[in-house]
Amino acid sequence: MKLRVNPINCHAHGLCAELLPEWIRLDEWGYPIINPDRIPRELEAHARRAADACPTLALLLTRD
Amino acid sequence: MSAASIDVALPRLLSGISQPGMVQLDRHLDVHGPLPAPARLDGATLVELAERSQLRGRGGARFPAATKMRAVRASRGHAIVVANGCESEPMSRKDALLLEELPHLVLDGAALAARAVGAERVIVAYEGPNHDSRLSLEHALKQRRSAGIDSVAFELFAAAETFLTGQETSLVSQINGGLPRPSFIPPRPTQRGVRRRPTLVQNVETLAHLALIARHGADWYSGLGTETEPGSTLVTVLGAVNAPGVYEIECGTALEPLFAAAGGVRGAIAGLLIGGYFGSWLPAAVASELELSDASLARHNAALGCGVVVVLPSGACPVAETVRVAIYLATETANQCGPCVHGSAAIARTLHGIAEGTAAASALADLGRWTSILPGRGACHLPDGLAHFVSTALRTFPAAFDDHARHGPCEACSAPALLHIPPPSKKLR
Ligand SMILES: Cc1cc2nc3c(=O)[nH]c(=O)nc-3n(C[C@H](O)[C@H](O)[C@H](O)COP(=O)(O)O)c2cc1C
Ligand code: SF4
Ligand code: SF4
Repeated sequence: MKLRVNPINCHAHGLCAELLPEWIRLDEWGYPIINPDRIPRELEAHARRAADACPTLALLLTRD
Repeated sequence: MSAASIDVALPRLLSGISQPGMVQLDRHLDVHGPLPAPARLDGATLVELAERSQLRGRGGARFPAATKMRAVRASRGHAIVVANGCESEPMSRKDALLLEELPHLVLDGAALAARAVGAERVIVAYEGPNHDSRLSLEHALKQRRSAGIDSVAFELFAAAETFLTGQETSLVSQINGGLPRPSFIPPRPTQRGVRRRPTLVQNVETLAHLALIARHGADWYSGLGTETEPGSTLVTVLGAVNAPGVYEIECGTALEPLFAAAGGVRGAIAGLLIGGYFGSWLPAAVASELELSDASLARHNAALGCGVVVVLPSGACPVAETVRVAIYLATETANQCGPCVHGSAAIARTLHGIAEGTAAASALADLGRWTSILPGRGACHLPDGLAHFVSTALRTFPAAFDDHARHGPCEACSAPALLHIPPPSKKLR
């Protein structure tokens, strides 16, 4: 499982970085910089929660 | 077939051109012969030919054409082909040359691409204001109709005049009646593009090569070039050469013979820009050893992209040239993706400050950080291209940037611009 953001839909609410600081940090304009690697098992549930919490549905979980 | 019997000579694509103006249908057929009939060369065989020829896209990304054709064939629904002749890269002239002088080669290739993916409709896109392209295409289509050559339906599309116009999802959006704005992937156009159908978007030069591969085969195509990059390719050579223009070269060829073909380099040079505004600045010293192959260019962190080679004369200011292009690209974003909009603007603004000698002490460090966090963070590759263009400029001309940051504009800053900046596009937002 990996995380991706749809940059057209992302409006820099920053919620994702709060919920998943291990994997997502924010740039100086508040947009997420996401670790491109495969998400470790122990973070998968958190990743799912972060994706669900994104107000614009911009944060996407992808298989592989 | 023995290699000796293969006619590999250059030019290939450009061989029909004998005088200025469009190559008419009868001359086109005299030079290249007719297209192989579907009974002799079906769609699946065409894809195989493209595969064996290792034909790669000439629109900038150099993606394997056969892979994209297979993806379209694997998608459900009636496929559509889009011949991308927008050529939004301001320094490139090769696609306009193909549309204006060799439209039959492009239309042949588009018809073959339609055969390869089972499409009945082809849309040929050109940049709207480019009237000469439209006239040649219309004239060529009339000739083909009278001769009864095609079984596919052609349609011409006048695309917007912006830097993003030819990006494939932006082009698909326009054809669908929307704005020239890239869209998020997935879905890819190969899955869902024009009218929600599987769509093959292919650069017009890629299609022109396909027109010759279909006639002469993969062995003929591979008679030129290297093992991993067979064939020939078009390049636009501009700047400090005596005969700037579009040239057809063997893939992987060294830079020096290309310069010789372009009449030789004029005077001392300050550097090279390979690949246009998404490309790489390189120091003048590499010119003597550089080959235009993926491998050689990759060693210099560069790629041929859309085939633009600019020779920067030593009288020009690399800082001023870089700043103008960065500002142009930053103003051409589609205003959709936060990192791109903010990052491009910050880069352009800071570069401008350096050129004026008014930037903060942190300017160079800021640029380094922004150019490293920007790639991959937009819906399209504009931020990646801009970041690469700027970071290679900083690496290639460190003294010039340092000097401007300290002392402001140099004498050469006010020289006429070499890198062309189109007038601001009437943005459709
Ligand atoms: C900002 C941007 C602008 C582009 N402009 C063009 C263009 O004007 N013409 C073109 O053929 N490809 C352009 N491309 C590349 C297309 O997205 C696409 O990859 C190409 O048309 C596919 O054809 P090819 O595989 O035959 O090269 C552009 C890409 C980007 C990111
Ligand atoms: S929560 Fe959603 S909108 Fe907010 S920064 Fe993260 S991805 Fe963007
Ligand atoms: S990355 Fe930039 S240019 Fe590309 S779609 Fe997003 S905002 Fe537009």
